[in-house]
Amino acid sequence: MTQGGEDVKLLGAWASPFVIRIRIALNLKGVDYEFLEEVFGVKSELLLESNPVYKKIPVLIHDGKPVCESMIIVQYIDEVWATKGPAILSADPYDRALHRFWAYYVDDKWFPSVSAISRAQTEEAKAEAVEQVFAGLKLLEEAFQKCGKGKGFFGGDTIGYVDIALGCFLAWLKATEKMTGIKFFDEAKTPLLAQWVERFCADVAVRGVMPETDKMVEFAKMLQTKFKAAASAK
Amino acid sequence: MEVKLFGAWPSPFVCRVEWALKIKGIKYEYIEEDLYNKSSSLLKYSPINKQVPVLLHDGRPIIESMVIIEYIDDTWKQNPILPTDPYRRAMARFWAQYVEDKFYESVKRAFFTEGEEQKVAVELAVEALKPLDQELKGKKFFGGEEIGFVDLVAGWIAHWLGVVEEVLCIKVVDPENFPSLCAWMKNFVEVPVIKENLPARDQMPGFYRMLRQSGLASCDGKQQS
Repeated sequence: MTQGGEDVKLLGAWASPFVIRIRIALNLKGVDYEFLEEVFGVKSELLLESNPVYKKIPVLIHDGKPVCESMIIVQYIDEVWATKGPAILSADPYDRALHRFWAYYVDDKWFPSVSAISRAQTEEAKAEAVEQVFAGLKLLEEAFQKCGKGKGFFGGDTIGYVDIALGCFLAWLKATEKMTGIKFFDEAKTPLLAQWVERFCADVAVRGVMPETDKMVEFAKMLQTKFKAAASAK
Repeated sequence: MEVKLFGAWPSPFVCRVEWALKIKGIKYEYIEEDLYNKSSSLLKYSPINKQVPVLLHDGRPIIESMVIIEYIDDTWKQNPILPTDPYRRAMARFWAQYVEDKFYESVKRAFFTEGEEQKVAVELAVEALKPLDQELKGKKFFGGEEIGFVDLVAGWIAHWLGVVEEVLCIKVVDPENFPSLCAWMKNFVEVPVIKENLPARDQMPGFYRMLRQSGLASCDGKQQS
């Protein structure tokens, strides 16, 4: 049992951006939780029981009841602990819709375009994938202005829904920058986002849960080796 | 308080927004879009997706059908579409997203492919129905006694899926394998606000055959270039 008498468990893994989303949200609300780290490559009984549909992390287990899917969990946290910490989603319906749209854009359009870079088979395909990512970043720079209204985060004065949706990928993105030489958040191209990246990573709710870039690079290389081995074994 | 909806008569995504507006009793102006010749207004209000539905409320656009439904529910408090309890809200969002990500995506893939690729997509779609059928056991609707968020998002299954099955000559929802889902489909289209707001069934196969043909043709075009 945690300090507040509530039982909050998070099934996750340190490297997963989707898990990082939940940790940031819980930190923003000052909610204590037990972090149950899944062993890489092995799904625990608890995970299979709590998320029988997708069998994936993160899963938040609150007083024995599981909640799945990262942005759904973030909204759940915002609603349950509405009186604690800053609001992750504004109370204004239009702002909520705007933020929900951009979070959907990150998940459905932008992050898949980033993944496409590593999947590209030719230099031409890779260049095209990179172009897509930068086109998306231009849109996100505009979104930052619209959502943040001149303040430091998409959520305004404090980290909000879109900050969490996009910011969770920063460790992966910084690792990719180091490994490929591509600079995603360029002051010259997207100055607001470039500044936002530093501000977000330095925030007290994010600092402790955002993995170090070198650790991510090591992890990414390990994954690449595993995939290559699996591919050549076929 | 001016409400406008940019839509297209065959679209299930537009329909689900209309159902939400009618459940709340909101008056709105409906603007029909030609999907093969989109208006400059639509492209202005939805520059990224360029798709219907777009809700315009006091001049401000809201896009993405599920985002629009939540906006409607947040703005107008009568006849709630989502539950008030956070856990039940999370469950409703979970199942709505599941219908979109797992079932709809497989059906869409089956619709725009042929041969082996289509066969695999149909198998995935049928597999994806199992948890949905399970979720409905002992319930009249996903929302319980009354329709709710998941029913609106899954509603296309009750009226549009039959058209897809007809156009592709396949069977996805077998009453023997999915008894709860079949019962739900029958109950859903009988709900007055739904029954009175469905596109004409006899006009749909023609539209969807044309849509499939143009989708297949554009895939061939991509391969050839």
